[in-house]
Amino acid sequence: MISLAETGPKPAAAPAALPRHERQMIANGRTADEHKMLAENLHAWFGNTEALKGISFPILRNRVTAIIGPSGCGKSTLIRCYNRMHEVVANARIEGRVLLDGVDIYARGIDPVLVRRRVGMVFQKPNPFPTMSIRDNVLAGLRLNGVRPRYADELVEKALQQAALWEEVKDVLDRSGCSLSGGQQQRLCIARALALEPEVLLMDEPCSALDPIATAKVEELIHELGERYTIVIVTHNMQQAARVSHYTAFLYLGELVEYNLTDTLFTKPNNQRTEEYITGRFG
Amino acid sequence: MNSYLGRKTIDIVARSACLAALLVAIVPLAGVLFYLGAKGISGLSWGLFTELPKPVGEPGGGFANAIVGTVILVAIACSVSLPVGVFAGVYLAEFGGNRFAKAVRFSADVLSGVPSIAVGVFAYTIFVLSMRRFSALAGGFALSIIMLPTITRTTEELIKLVPDSLREAGLALGIPKWRVIISVVLRTGAPGITTGIMLAVARAAGETAPLLFTALNNRYWSLDPIKPIASLPVQIYTYAISPFDDWHRQAWAAALVLVAMVLVLNILARLITYQRGGER
Repeated sequence: MISLAETGPKPAAAPAALPRHERQMIANGRTADEHKMLAENLHAWFGNTEALKGISFPILRNRVTAIIGPSGCGKSTLIRCYNRMHEVVANARIEGRVLLDGVDIYARGIDPVLVRRRVGMVFQKPNPFPTMSIRDNVLAGLRLNGVRPRYADELVEKALQQAALWEEVKDVLDRSGCSLSGGQQQRLCIARALALEPEVLLMDEPCSALDPIATAKVEELIHELGERYTIVIVTHNMQQAARVSHYTAFLYLGELVEYNLTDTLFTKPNNQRTEEYITGRFG
Repeated sequence: MNSYLGRKTIDIVARSACLAALLVAIVPLAGVLFYLGAKGISGLSWGLFTELPKPVGEPGGGFANAIVGTVILVAIACSVSLPVGVFAGVYLAEFGGNRFAKAVRFSADVLSGVPSIAVGVFAYTIFVLSMRRFSALAGGFALSIIMLPTITRTTEELIKLVPDSLREAGLALGIPKWRVIISVVLRTGAPGITTGIMLAVARAAGETAPLLFTALNNRYWSLDPIKPIASLPVQIYTYAISPFDDWHRQAWAAALVLVAMVLVLNILARLITYQRGGER
């Protein structure tokens, strides 16, 4: 079987090799217990349509986890459940649990606002605030939460550097965020999320509106950030999943078909449907 | 009729029809402005802006008190209708999926269709009868009712135009919803909302009927909100139906001043919001 992981473009920066014991545990059918987040029998509805039908798998700490699957399989719904953005849509509801450091974020008394400060998100389409400058966009998360950062300039520089945008915008920080190109806007949105120093970063198809060059930059970024942050990335693009992630979950029709080490999933998938999907026989 | 020539002919006919309709629509506007300018400019003098009205028969005098009065009336009206209208618009746009909101939306539309004289009668019974006097307060209240539906509905429409992706961006940053609405949604919609407010102000500043038996009129200086107050529209009305040539002249000049005031206000508001909005 020819897997896309082998035929796709050679990753510019392959994800860091996983520790041996982690591989061993996976090989033994267990998941590493260092999970940052954990979905347990997660169901999600839009009105009467069940978008997720009982999903369970972990998101490991300081690892990049990719969620792949054909359109409409529930990828975006799932990632929005990790920071309680699913419930923002009218008539949307969920059942089951999502643990963050062992605490159910859907438990009674948990403020979704506080969850979202710990679990940041980058969307499919870049969405900088049009009325704010580049600088204010980066600071928006703090300022609108009532925090007046004391070292605002340093913070802006740090966030923009983490997002690999600093060199391009350091002289135009007062320009509107919307004056940037699409790829730059997306990195600005990443910087905006990083300025809050989230523990987990969710990325919902962050490159689907970008050209290959901007995509390469964002992927490079994910690779670097993956060492310090826990990252979940939804992607349509299987080569991208193979390039940037340590673990991959394959969703189909609202169900989890397979969760595995990325290279295992792309070279020796356990499931027939996974194999069919990654070899392009359906989806 | 599918030939190139046929389609070309239809195109020319349709375009000409649209152009003709446009001209017909512009004629009244241009006509009013031209007529006002022609008749008003000759009546303008420095005294109009500084003096009080003279007694009947005595030439000269001005309507300084009416200019100030109009500003005060509109300010009173704004202080009520701006917060109420903007907040109501926010409610309708952000939380307005329920039956109650539909009822509010419908009543706002009905209210904007209520004749202004009826609004005046309403303010008369509420304020004038209970306070036993005509007052600037009653006039401002009547004007605020005129402004309210316009402000509510334009705020709602413009907030709905703000893309959901911006709301989600704010919420995903862990910003509370109220703060997202104020700092992201309202700020993004601000230029349009300001335009709507300006339209409402312009309409209120020019209303005569609601003021006739609320603010009444006043031939002297008055800044007191619980006393009758002069206003440009009522002044124009009084002078225009009088039999004196001098007053007719002043009525034209006052009308020109009123239009100019509204125009300047509009331009200022647009300049301010344009600068605040930054480069797009």
